[in-house]
Amino acid sequence: MWKDIPLFPENASTIATQVDLLYWFLVALTVFFVVLIGVIVVGLCAWYRKCDDGRKSVQIEGSLTLELLWTGLPLVIVIGLFAWGTTLYVRMQKVPADAIDMTVVGKQWMWKVQHPTGVRETQDLHIPVGQAIRLTMTSEDVIHSYFIPAFRTKQDVVPGRYTQMWFEATKVGTYHIFCAEYCGTGHSAMIGTCTVMERQDYERWLSGSTGEPPEVVGKNLFESMRCASCHPVDAATKEIGGAPPRGPLIAGIYGTEVELKGGGKVVVTDEYIRESILKPQAKIVANYEPVMPTYEGQLGEEQILALAAYIKSLKGTP
Amino acid sequence: MGSAGTGNMASTGTADHADDASRENYLNNGYGWKSWLLTIDHKRIAVLYLISVSFFFLIGGMFAVLMRLELATPKGDVVDAETYNRLFTMHGIVMIFFFLVPSIPAVLGNFFVPIMIGARDLAFPKINLLSWYIYVVGGIFTLIVAVSGGVDTGWTFYTPYSSTYSNSQVALTAIGVFITGFSSILTGLNFIITIHKMRAPGMTWFRLPLFIWAQYATALIMVLATPVLATTIFLVALERIFRIGIFDPTIGGDPVLFQHLFWFYSHPAVYIMILPGMGVISEIIAAFTKKRVFGYSFVAFSSLAIAILGFMVWGHHMFTTGQSVYASMVFSVLTMLVAVPSAVKVFNWSATLYKGTVELTTPMLYALAFIGLFTIGGLTGVFLGIMAVDRHLHDTYFIVAHFHYVMVGSMVMAYLGGIHFWWPKMFGRMYPEFLARFAAIIIFVGFNLTFMPQFIVGFQGMPRRYHTYPEEFGFFNLLSSAGASILGIGYLLPMLYLPWSLKWGKKVGNNPWNAKGLEWQIESPPITHNFHGPVTVTEEAYAYGDEDAHEAGHGTTNTHGQKEATSVR
Repeated sequence: MWKDIPLFPENASTIATQVDLLYWFLVALTVFFVVLIGVIVVGLCAWYRKCDDGRKSVQIEGSLTLELLWTGLPLVIVIGLFAWGTTLYVRMQKVPADAIDMTVVGKQWMWKVQHPTGVRETQDLHIPVGQAIRLTMTSEDVIHSYFIPAFRTKQDVVPGRYTQMWFEATKVGTYHIFCAEYCGTGHSAMIGTCTVMERQDYERWLSGSTGEPPEVVGKNLFESMRCASCHPVDAATKEIGGAPPRGPLIAGIYGTEVELKGGGKVVVTDEYIRESILKPQAKIVANYEPVMPTYEGQLGEEQILALAAYIKSLKGTP
Repeated sequence: MGSAGTGNMASTGTADHADDASRENYLNNGYGWKSWLLTIDHKRIAVLYLISVSFFFLIGGMFAVLMRLELATPKGDVVDAETYNRLFTMHGIVMIFFFLVPSIPAVLGNFFVPIMIGARDLAFPKINLLSWYIYVVGGIFTLIVAVSGGVDTGWTFYTPYSSTYSNSQVALTAIGVFITGFSSILTGLNFIITIHKMRAPGMTWFRLPLFIWAQYATALIMVLATPVLATTIFLVALERIFRIGIFDPTIGGDPVLFQHLFWFYSHPAVYIMILPGMGVISEIIAAFTKKRVFGYSFVAFSSLAIAILGFMVWGHHMFTTGQSVYASMVFSVLTMLVAVPSAVKVFNWSATLYKGTVELTTPMLYALAFIGLFTIGGLTGVFLGIMAVDRHLHDTYFIVAHFHYVMVGSMVMAYLGGIHFWWPKMFGRMYPEFLARFAAIIIFVGFNLTFMPQFIVGFQGMPRRYHTYPEEFGFFNLLSSAGASILGIGYLLPMLYLPWSLKWGKKVGNNPWNAKGLEWQIESPPITHNFHGPVTVTEEAYAYGDEDAHEAGHGTTNTHGQKEATSVR
């Protein structure tokens, strides 16, 4: 019976051991202080229990030494814990350079995942072991939170913005994916399984499903939405329909800084591309006019992510 | 106006003779419903609050019972998901806004703040009554919500779920919570002004009982933070009803803005709930060790430190929202600092026991339980303040267990301790001591059995607010549900024997505990104006050594000069 009742979650990511170390240290600290206070309180109550011997309480005003001790000691402990926790957190935030990018779109009550090759899956997540995975996530409705206990990390999935999380699985197996932020009726059904596989198994799994890579989907969208009637994809294009292009070049801009009309600069990120599609008037590139209509309501979150992937894939001529 | 006591009685400075039943007091100077519903006597208003918060505690408790029944098994077999979501939402809203926030301030504070500082009433008796009516109106809204389908947003009302997607009574609930907030604000204002302006001559700030310091710190938070909640809830209602884009990104809002505003109130609100409890514990420990609280000024100022720090830590609820790492760091370190004044209190209470004459009465049992459970609740808060660990524990049952250790394990223990401690003063009769101790032990055991397993399933990764859950969490959930049934029985006991004692309890004198403090020098139950004449205070708080000095004829252990007893004329 007891082996069916786990006491702690599986440890299956590169950060899990370090988080657990800090966690168990905190547990030990808590147990130490609870026992300490318990022994002091119970001991003093027993020792100084009122009896009928006429003993009077001894009045003690206080003790500055003791006050300084029990102000100073907790202060040192919590500052130490803060330093430990924060350095670990900063390390946890650093995404390895070789991370694979995947996208996650949350929607009441499902997770829609897309792999870099374009393969899609719903609810579940298949990943190779020993490979850092970076998820770029957003929501189509309310706030969700992507939580894999075995990896000791979660990240809220917020509508209207992108959030990112990363992890690297260390152990082949299947693990829970939970939605951790309450999202309505089906909240507790918004769960899935994360399957961690050997790399070759993952490749085989990928080839078993079909799907277009997001940049291809993005290219098709770019064409079908007639984006090219304003935005050149090639720096050599000097005219569209006999006039200078009405929108800025989209090739080679991802990750670069562009100048804005009226001063200021902005780095081209997924977030900026999303804003420029949904709220084109928010930031106008220098030397262009605010003529672009909004695509709010016409493009879903996954399509916008695909467009961003397309723009990212276009290497411009510097 | 309640008819005034005529004050012909001789002073009753000492304790132990039970007065005849015909003596006039605040309870028997009027029996009609008008004498209660139009009273401006702070003690009668406290009794009105006592009845109403007990009612809401019962309602909130019933929601909890249904939840634990559902969670006893992994499958959703008692209620459906929609109902379950309404249960935890209503449980949270009722318990927080209608029980925990008003419990100690509005019941014990209302009754004892004026008495303990030597005043005849609060500064604004009519505003005090108004605050109760506002509370009742807010409560009625919430009850209407409960019977008209309920609300399913969680007590946190996170947007855009609450403002756009929820198909439940969000607007009505928002109005109820909005209205109730004003009741807190008025109570807070009344306490601040009363404590500043109505202390009896000689009752200096550093002679105030620590209960008053705690109430003062609480009142400051109530006045400063509650308007932010009112504004936030109002904005949710605006967005929901008129589709004005504030929080919903599809109409130009920012969902995380809501969380900033909400926690700017709701984190300090945690201290609104716990600080008064800490005040009660100081009183109980002093009375049952017959000692001045160790390090009085440190305990007093730690309340203020908690109140001030409490305003600067709201961002620790948002480590996983994508908040900047640097902002999170600041919130993290400030959160950890709250542990320091909390530890100072725990150590000072423990040190007070040293060389005291400890009596393990019912209130004292609750106080000792408070110290232990608060230590656990506080230290597990440190886990959550550390970003690297919070990343895993956030929104799991670990957090549920943590805040129940603080809100229920600590705060409800303090409330019950305070109710038992002052019960003989409030009603002139004693509760059955054996039964009461038994209940205290049952509650302590039931509480730990309910919430300790939740730390374990939380660390395993079980998210909160889950209607169904994977099989492997079943064992600890079953334990928790079993514990909850014990806890429920524990809570029912005082709800039965306390009312019973009003008629059949043993009559007690003015000072059954031989405790110090102005409230123990007036009659039980007190007369309408509390004191028979002007009060002058000439001794420190918890001047237990003075009594010894008088009796034994010398003042060896008296550390603070004053020898005269407080004079009550």
